[in-house]
Amino acid sequence: MSGTYLGMPAFPPPPPPAFPEAARDAVHDQTLRGNLRHATHTIRAKRARAVAEVSDWAALREAGMRIKDHTLRHLDRYLVQLEESVTAAGGTVHWAVDADEANRIVAGLVKATGETEVVKVKSMATQEIGLNEALEAEGIRAYETDLAELIVQLGRDRPSHILVPAIHRNRGEIRDIFRQEMGEWGRPAPEGLTDTPAELAEAARLHLREKFLRAKVGVSGANFMVAETGTLVVVESEGNGRMCLTLPETLISVVGIEKILPTWQDLEVFLQTLPRSSTAERMNPYTSMWTGTTDEDGPRTFHLVLLDNGRTDTLADEVGRQALRCIRCSACLNVCPVYERAGGHAYGSVYPGPIGAILSPQLRGIASEIDASLPYASSLCGACYEVCPVAIDIPEVLVHLRERVVEGGRTTREGNKVVLRPAKGHAAERAAMRAARWAFTHPGALRTGQRLASRTRRFHPRTLPGPGRAWSGTRDLPPVPAEPFRDWWQRTHDGRDRGE
Amino acid sequence: MSSRERILGRVRRALADVRQDDTPYEQAIERSYVREHGERSAEQTVDLLAGNLADYRAIVHRCATDELAAMIAGLLAGRGAQTVLVPSGLDGDWLAAVDAERVPDRAESTPHELDRVDSVVTACAVAVAETGTIVLDGSPDQGRRRITLVPDHHICVVRIPDQVVSSVPQALERLDPARPLTWISGPSATSDIELDRVEGVHGPRTLEVVLVHGPG
Repeated sequence: MSGTYLGMPAFPPPPPPAFPEAARDAVHDQTLRGNLRHATHTIRAKRARAVAEVSDWAALREAGMRIKDHTLRHLDRYLVQLEESVTAAGGTVHWAVDADEANRIVAGLVKATGETEVVKVKSMATQEIGLNEALEAEGIRAYETDLAELIVQLGRDRPSHILVPAIHRNRGEIRDIFRQEMGEWGRPAPEGLTDTPAELAEAARLHLREKFLRAKVGVSGANFMVAETGTLVVVESEGNGRMCLTLPETLISVVGIEKILPTWQDLEVFLQTLPRSSTAERMNPYTSMWTGTTDEDGPRTFHLVLLDNGRTDTLADEVGRQALRCIRCSACLNVCPVYERAGGHAYGSVYPGPIGAILSPQLRGIASEIDASLPYASSLCGACYEVCPVAIDIPEVLVHLRERVVEGGRTTREGNKVVLRPAKGHAAERAAMRAARWAFTHPGALRTGQRLASRTRRFHPRTLPGPGRAWSGTRDLPPVPAEPFRDWWQRTHDGRDRGE
Repeated sequence: MSSRERILGRVRRALADVRQDDTPYEQAIERSYVREHGERSAEQTVDLLAGNLADYRAIVHRCATDELAAMIAGLLAGRGAQTVLVPSGLDGDWLAAVDAERVPDRAESTPHELDRVDSVVTACAVAVAETGTIVLDGSPDQGRRRITLVPDHHICVVRIPDQVVSSVPQALERLDPARPLTWISGPSATSDIELDRVEGVHGPRTLEVVLVHGPG
């Protein structure tokens, strides 16, 4: 079995470089820096206002965290209950252990309808499993219908933000992509298209309308699934979601197993916290809720594909499992100083930013260079934790994963307990820590070493040689005192406390 | 072993460290958040709804029950609508003064046919003041989900004050999850270009909400 695939389209996908290399180009790209800065700062201020409007935000956040934690603790029970509810309401439930299996199921379902194209609602899960590429290989064309996803698909680009995958593009770039590429995929961009957002939205409306009206198969994810009732919920803005969820005859929803909520009432928490955290609105323009199928309204056939793809491995980690609370609002991206400068592509997965830095290495494991580097893609400032509407302590998980990278240890991969070897790149760090441990448990050696260091201090270099060079390139080495503290204490206090 | 069994088995093994926890769901979740934000009279709640609808670019009108037919006829005429979609259970009096051709909401209509209709008039299931949201539940006076999606102009009638609740928790209490639900907060919009909200993508680009009071 191949490792867990977290959908990076590029064909054929080269292994993404480690975060520092990937971020280097982005950090020097002035246009990208400007675009990201503008977008993240706009949304940051708006989010703060939207959150301040509700007096009980802290209580909603606490309740959201508890609902998610409770659900995860009893996930097996709720999955079975959800399956029963969806089936009773006329839907069919499928289970997919990994990306390959999910893609096979969806491709099979589409082929069974005899159709060769599908319209898609923006969905992180289907991006994660690389569904579009898998369908393409089976001769099925998947049309992205979310505006930002359309920009990414037309531009043969990669998504760089959870909510706004084309956040790295400004309006001028979007106009150029529409002008050049729309004709290849269907209705061309209108003559004389300018870069005003309203005109760009109009161009997308015209381009996609013919696809919606003729579509026979829709593919979606879901923001929430209610175990008690079998209801699925999609939260969106543009109406492309409603088009895909109601016009086609067949609807296939691919949803991660962690998206379950126990009860209908639980929605009252997340329908208040999600819109304010993501687009900073009191409420997003459209929310669709459906339970199985409805006679003569919407799709006649509904399939739900429940996706594991590394989620149960994440659940097995006592510290890391809190990442499964995530409702994909992207508030953590918008406040992150690292994301703002590095952009989303450097994270090498469809989940960028702080949440990506803890989710990708858990879903995929830390075997690759990029995944071993992601826990370090943070200054641990904690802004992500502050804004998280389900209180995921991202810094805590980052530190936990750093330890995993450096020290190795027990973890779970594809359902099996394994023992990881320490990562290669951190040998010097481990050696230094081992040496420190030895010195601090041998006081005689420590004293001798400290005295030696004090006496030779005139000869100390200002920067470290060898592998330490990069570290001291932006830091001053701490000066060594003329006399070790313990010698000074001995000399001035004769080894006794003043009070004695 | 089926994938279902495999996933459920993995979940159970993953939770091996979790102590047997029999806390019932009702006790595990503390709901210290409020049922509604602030205290308002029924009238103030309606005003808040109107304000929040307008804030997200819905066009809000008010009238009495006996003025509703004239109001709807005026809105359709003002828009130059030649055709109007009508859910099967819509109160016939509402469209009594309308000149536009009535197109019934039928199962056999194709999406292309719906795309040629100018406007749609519906009732709603509930409206949420704090968020400026109207919710449709597919009842006979609201019709199939697609009729309020494909036409570019939607007129939605809300009976005040009895169809208006303050908050999202109160709205969910009134709704039946078995019905297909559509929550609408302003016309179709996008934040995908530089994270700025722009109205008008795929759903109706004009949403008019009529708040109607008086005996119905």
